[in-house]
Amino acid sequence: MIKIHNLYKKFGKNEVLKGIDLSINEGGIFAVLGPNGSGKTTLIKSILGMVIPNSGEIQVNGMSVKQNFKYRDEIDYLPQIANFPGNLKVNELIAMIKDLRASKTANDKELIELFKLEPFLDKKLVNLSGGTKQKVNLVLTFMFNSSLVILDEPTTGLDPISLLRLKKLIAQEKEKGKTILITSHILSFVEEVADEIVFLLEGKIYFKGSIADLRAQTKQPDFEHAIASILSDSYA
Amino acid sequence: MLKILKYSFYDLMRSRWSYVYFLFYLLLGVVLLFLNNDLNKAVITLMNVIIMLVPLIGTIFGVMYYYNSREFTELLLAQPIKRSSIFLGQYLGVATSLMMSLVVGLGIPFVFYGVFYSDAIWDFILLLIAGAFLTFIFTALAFVIGLSNENRIKGFGYAILVWLFLAVIYDGIFLMSLIYFEDYPLDTFSLGAVLLNPVDLSRVLILLKLDISALLGYTGAVFHKFFGTNMGLILSFVMLTVWVAVPAFFIWRISKRKDF
Repeated sequence: MIKIHNLYKKFGKNEVLKGIDLSINEGGIFAVLGPNGSGKTTLIKSILGMVIPNSGEIQVNGMSVKQNFKYRDEIDYLPQIANFPGNLKVNELIAMIKDLRASKTANDKELIELFKLEPFLDKKLVNLSGGTKQKVNLVLTFMFNSSLVILDEPTTGLDPISLLRLKKLIAQEKEKGKTILITSHILSFVEEVADEIVFLLEGKIYFKGSIADLRAQTKQPDFEHAIASILSDSYA
Repeated sequence: MLKILKYSFYDLMRSRWSYVYFLFYLLLGVVLLFLNNDLNKAVITLMNVIIMLVPLIGTIFGVMYYYNSREFTELLLAQPIKRSSIFLGQYLGVATSLMMSLVVGLGIPFVFYGVFYSDAIWDFILLLIAGAFLTFIFTALAFVIGLSNENRIKGFGYAILVWLFLAVIYDGIFLMSLIYFEDYPLDTFSLGAVLLNPVDLSRVLILLKLDISALLGYTGAVFHKFFGTNMGLILSFVMLTVWVAVPAFFIWRISKRKDF
């Protein structure tokens, strides 16, 4: 599915990714974790082709990412900050994104129902609250049936009910055999949904495996303490 | 690219600023024509306004649009769309909507005044063409500035500087050098200097069309000889096109390598 080999990226003098080797197989939920500035977003943006690596190779579905845009047809991406052109209405934005990916079928109706967005469809995006924008963002992401879904901080701004719906939705998508890549700081959320975690630390992969493996390796009773122990070890 | 262009254009067509800009030209046209009652004078006054204002609005609006649509651009970048299509589409959307405000806003009062039945029709059309070129040139420059500066305060600063330089300072330097080197023949130099700046080029093109070049003295005669011919006119339009094409090329090139 995704193969990353020896990926390096620096912004100016700041080396963000220092030789990432990662391969993610088809199917399952993978969480990318790490402290602030560890390179999570940079890694995800490199996969999406938004950040251009200094060196290294990324392949998605066997296609190289470099100077290519067609591979993104099989990716649904949820950006961290949902900010849309304010003059558009919600249904216009949905129609626009559908139009831009005309080759794919979209199940926006179901998702609008799931997140109870009907009353907002005729409202301009500039007048929506942060949480509602995030729901629109989720609809835009999940309405195409792509085999790879990338979610950058999907829980931001969601109320508890929507969060439950999101978890259900993620579980459903997993059932369909999709590969889902998530970054999040909310450990309870990660623990609940993720099959496998990738822990980034200072631009390198510190740990890759299941949560049980992580607990065993760090000899900690629960996930939160396991993460805390990695962090305190590395900053000690 | 056409889809992006379409959506940027629609988005802007609904923004308040497009209407403010449109109404401004509408009002300017009405006031000049119906209070002045002289089509030629109106064209000259309009020229003076357009030459300064169109570049300013083009740069400011272009930079503003670029920075304001950043997050949305990121959403587009994750879609299966070519990068250059996104940025060139946005650029053309902004420039086209600004141009429409100018052309329609000035066009309506002039049509009602009866520009089609007067001799000034070609002067007026040339004025609109020059305005359209300036819009496309300065919006493109604004996008280049936006793409090469992450910091929007810096971006705005550079945009204002570019406008100030091309619309004001360039003329100052040009004039100073004419005075300083007045003992030498300066026809070719001034011709070249005018050709290199789109603002001056548009101004000279319109002035010469209005047959007031006699005011410009000997240099005016040289200019008239040059720009009056087909060759000169073609060369001027080639230069204006180059001024659009070069920044557009940079938009393409920078966007290909940039990290988001």
